[in-house]
Amino acid sequence: MSKQIDVPILKAKDLQSDQEVRWCPGCGDHAILKQVQAAVAETGVAKEDIVFISGIGCSSRFPYYMDTYGMHSIHGRATAIASGMKAARPDTSVWIVTGDGDSLSIGGNHLIHLLRRNFDVNILLFNNEIYGLTKGQYSPTSPLGLQTKSSPMGVIDHPFNPAALALGADATYVARVIDREPRHLKESLVKAHQHKGTSFIEIYQNCPVFNDGAFSAYTERGLKEEHTLFMEEGKPLIYNKGKKGLRLNGLQLEVVDLESGEFSADDCLIHNPKDRTLAHLLSRVFEEAEESGFPRPFGVFYEEERFTYESALTAQVAQAKEQQGEGDLDTLLQGPNSWVIQ
Amino acid sequence: MQETIAVDEVVVLFAGDSGDGMQLTGNQFTNTSAVFGNDVSTFPNFPAEIRAPQGTVGGVSGFQVKFGSHRLYTPGDEADVLVVMNAAALVANIHKLKKGGVLIANLDGFDAKNLKLAGCQEENPLETDQMHDFNVQAVNITKLTVEALVDTAVPRKEAGRSKNMFVLGLLYWMYNRSMEPTERFIKNKFKKKPELVEANLKVLRTGYHFGETSEAFASRYSVKPAQLEPGVYRNIMGNQATAIGLVAAAKKAGLELFFGTYPITPASDILHELSRHRNFGVKTFQAEDEIAAVAASIGASFGGSLGVTSSSGPGIALKTEAMGLATILEIPLVVINVQRGGPSTGLPTKTEQADLFQALYGRNGEAQIPVICAHSPHDAFEAIFEATRIAVEYMTPVMFLSDGYIANGAEPWKFPKAEDLPEITHRKITETDDEKYLPYKRDEKLVRTWAVPGTAGLEHRIGGLEKDDLTGNVSYDPDNHEHMVKIRAEKISRMAEDLPTQEIHQGNEKGKVLVLGWGSTYGAIQTAVAELVDEGFEVGHAHLRYVSPLPKNLGEILANYDEVVIPEMNDGQLVNLIQAKYLKKCRPLKKIKGIPFTAKEIKEFVISIYQAS
Repeated sequence: MSKQIDVPILKAKDLQSDQEVRWCPGCGDHAILKQVQAAVAETGVAKEDIVFISGIGCSSRFPYYMDTYGMHSIHGRATAIASGMKAARPDTSVWIVTGDGDSLSIGGNHLIHLLRRNFDVNILLFNNEIYGLTKGQYSPTSPLGLQTKSSPMGVIDHPFNPAALALGADATYVARVIDREPRHLKESLVKAHQHKGTSFIEIYQNCPVFNDGAFSAYTERGLKEEHTLFMEEGKPLIYNKGKKGLRLNGLQLEVVDLESGEFSADDCLIHNPKDRTLAHLLSRVFEEAEESGFPRPFGVFYEEERFTYESALTAQVAQAKEQQGEGDLDTLLQGPNSWVIQ
Repeated sequence: MQETIAVDEVVVLFAGDSGDGMQLTGNQFTNTSAVFGNDVSTFPNFPAEIRAPQGTVGGVSGFQVKFGSHRLYTPGDEADVLVVMNAAALVANIHKLKKGGVLIANLDGFDAKNLKLAGCQEENPLETDQMHDFNVQAVNITKLTVEALVDTAVPRKEAGRSKNMFVLGLLYWMYNRSMEPTERFIKNKFKKKPELVEANLKVLRTGYHFGETSEAFASRYSVKPAQLEPGVYRNIMGNQATAIGLVAAAKKAGLELFFGTYPITPASDILHELSRHRNFGVKTFQAEDEIAAVAASIGASFGGSLGVTSSSGPGIALKTEAMGLATILEIPLVVINVQRGGPSTGLPTKTEQADLFQALYGRNGEAQIPVICAHSPHDAFEAIFEATRIAVEYMTPVMFLSDGYIANGAEPWKFPKAEDLPEITHRKITETDDEKYLPYKRDEKLVRTWAVPGTAGLEHRIGGLEKDDLTGNVSYDPDNHEHMVKIRAEKISRMAEDLPTQEIHQGNEKGKVLVLGWGSTYGAIQTAVAELVDEGFEVGHAHLRYVSPLPKNLGEILANYDEVVIPEMNDGQLVNLIQAKYLKKCRPLKKIKGIPFTAKEIKEFVISIYQAS
C-alpha cells in the first residue's frame, strides 16, 4: 500500500520538474502530461513514493518532466524494470510510460508477462501508430496500407489491437482513452491508480509531425460523434447523442439506429466491465469506422480483482519466515552435513 | 583373506548411461568421503541431452571424484578405478584409466544390444588384449540387483534401476567407508515411499556384502583423513557457494536480495538454491527472458535492493544492453556468468573460459565494469561476496565469472562464521546538504550516493541518456560527455588502489617462469607448480581474482620472471590483455575442448618453456 498523506494535498504543478518539456509543439504528449500530473496529484500519494519508469521513444522522455522518482531506461524494457522495482518495493506507486513501438514491438514479450503476473502498476501506452523518435517509420499499430518512410508502398504488417492483446494476456484492467478528451483521460488515470493490479491504459495520441490526424475520426467535431462510444459501467452502450447504440445479435455486436423507432436504448447492451466475454467483444470492435460502421469504444473494457505478483511474493517471504524462522546465516553457512577436523 | 592397502589418494570415475544415476552415485560417494575427512575434488561430466539415446557413447554420463589424505586441487588426471555400467561407458572412458587400474564393469551392460549401440559389434571390448593392462572385475550388477529385490514390493521390471546403489555399496566396501551418510540420504529422499527406502538400502548393502564375500576383490584400500587445517568443514559445490555468498553479502550489506534470472545450463542451480531461502527475505524472480531478468534486477536496485542476475554466455549476450544502462546509471548490480563452451549454444554442459572478453568489453560505448573471478567451488563464496561488496560500495555493475567446472565441482570448505565476514557499506542517503539532490555528485573515490524511492526530498530522475555531471539531467554537451566517460572509467581504475595486491600463491617470488591464471585453472596450476617446485624448478603461480581493474602490482610481478605462461580454456584472451597492457611477451597455453586442464599438461608445457629459455 502506498503511503497516503493528509495535508498538504499535492497540486498538479507540484509534480512539474525543473526540466523544459521538449516535445514538438502540438504533440498529444503535452496534454497527457498535464492530465497525468493532475491525476497523480489527486491520488494523494506522497511525491517520494511515486516512480515513473519509461523505455525509449518520444513518450519515454516523460519521467524527466515529473518531479517524482523516475527512470528513463532502455528500449522495450520499462515493463521489466518496473516489475523488479515493484517486487522489491510494493510500497511505491509505479507508473510505466511507453509507446506503441516500445511496448508492442521491441518490448512485446515483457508487456504480456507483466500483464499475466498482475503487478500493481499502471501502464500508460501512448499509441500514435508511428515511430516518431526515429522520424517516421511504421509501428506495430500502424494501419494496413499506411505510407511511411519505411513503407512507401503501404504497410503490409497486420496491426496489433492493443486492448485485445492485453485481454488475451489476462490483464486485470484494460482501458482506452484519447489525448483530446482531458477530463475523461484524467478520470481514467485516477481509476487506473485505484485498481489493485496492472492497469493497462491505451492512450490515442496524435503525432502532428509524422502521423497527423491518425485519430481525427475520434477527435474532430462532426466526425467524433458518430465514431466514438464512451463506455460507462451500468449504462447502455449508446453513442452519437443517443442516436445509435450497440446490441447483441446472436454472438455478434450490432449497431442499431435508435431514431428509426425499431430499437430503443433498452435494446442496447448495458456495459459491465466485469464481464470478460463482453470485454472481448468490445475490444474486437476495431475496424476502421468508415468501413465498418462501428464506433471506436473508449473507457474501461474490463476490470477484475486478482492477486498481485508482489503480494504473493511478500506472502511467501512471510510464510517462509514463519515456517523456518528468520534466516540464520551461520546455519546456512554450515549446511546440513559438517564435520570437525582436529 | 582380503588385505587392506593404505593409499594417499584415489581417483574414481563412475560412468554409465545418463539414466543410470551416475551423478547421484558420485555425489554420494563424495559426500561420504568428505564427511570421513578426506579432501575431495570432483568433475561431473554429462551430455547436454536429458535422455540422450540410451546405450550410446553420446549418452554417457560420468562423475570423477578424487579423494585423498592430503590437500587436493583437481579431480585428477587419470582414474585409479573406473566403473562402467555398459559398453558405451567403457568406450568413452577407458583411456582415462591408468595402467594397472581397476575396471569394474557391469556385465549386463555388455550384451549384444549394448555392444551394438556402443559400436562394438565386432568385438566385446572386455575380451580385447587391452584389458590385460587393467585389473578387470566383471560383475552382473543388474542381475544381482534384481535378484536382491525379488521378495520386495518393487516390480521386477523396475528393480534394475537401483543398480547404482549396488555400485555405491561395493565402492564403500572397497574404501572402507561407512554407509551411514547414504542410508540417511535414502531415508530422507524417499520418505514418502517406504518401499523405495527398503529397496535402495537393500541393494546398497548387497553391493557392500558382495565386495566382502566375493573372492574377486582381493584387496580393499584405506585412504586416511586428510591433514586439513583444523576446523569445521562442509562439502560445497560452486553454484551453491555462489548462492550462499549472495545471501551472506546481502545480509552484511543490510540489503534485501533480489535475484532476477532465467534458467540456463550450467547456472540454474544458483536459482534453485536461492529460491529455497525466502526466509532470508530473498526474492527470486524467474523472468520471461534474460533481458527481463537483468532489467528487473536493475529495477530492484533502483528501489534500494541488491539486484543480482545470473546466466551463462548466451544469456549474458542478451543482457549486455541493460548492463550498459546499469553502467551509465551507476547503480549496484551483480551479473553472474557461469561460463560454458561457446559460441552460440556451443557446449552447454561443458566448461570453458571464453567469455572473458565478453565480460570486459561486451557492451556498446565505453562501459568499463569490474570483473571478478572465482577459482574453485568453495572460492566462489569469497569471490561473489567480494563482487557484491564492490557493486554496493562503488555503485557499479560487476561481472562475476564462474564456469561449469567450478559450478558443478565439489570440495570440502572450512566455512566462515557469519560474524567474521566483513561488513559491506551501502551508499544510501536520506537527506542532502545541497539545495537540490545531486545524484551524480561524487566522493573522493568518484562514487555517487544512492537515493531510493520513499525518501522525501530526494526525488530525482536518472536514465540511459548521457547525463550532466552532478545534476544527472540530460546533456548533449561534447565536453560533458567526454568528462563523464572518463570519470566512469576512472572510478573503476582507481578502485585498484583499494583492492588487495596480487600475491604469489605458490613457488618462487621471482625466477624463470610465472604461471599466471584466472578462474578454474587454479587447481591444475597449483598441482603442476607444486610438483615443479619439488623438482627444483624456479616457478611461481599467481592467480587473478580481479581482471578489471587488474591488481596495481601486477606489472612488477611480471617483471620478476623471465617467462610468463598463461594457461586458459580459450583461444588466448587473458594473454592478449596482459601483453597489451604490460608489453611483455607471454606464452599462451590453450585448451578449447570443453574439459579442464590436467596438471600434467601444464607441467609439461612449463618444462618445455623452461628448457627452451
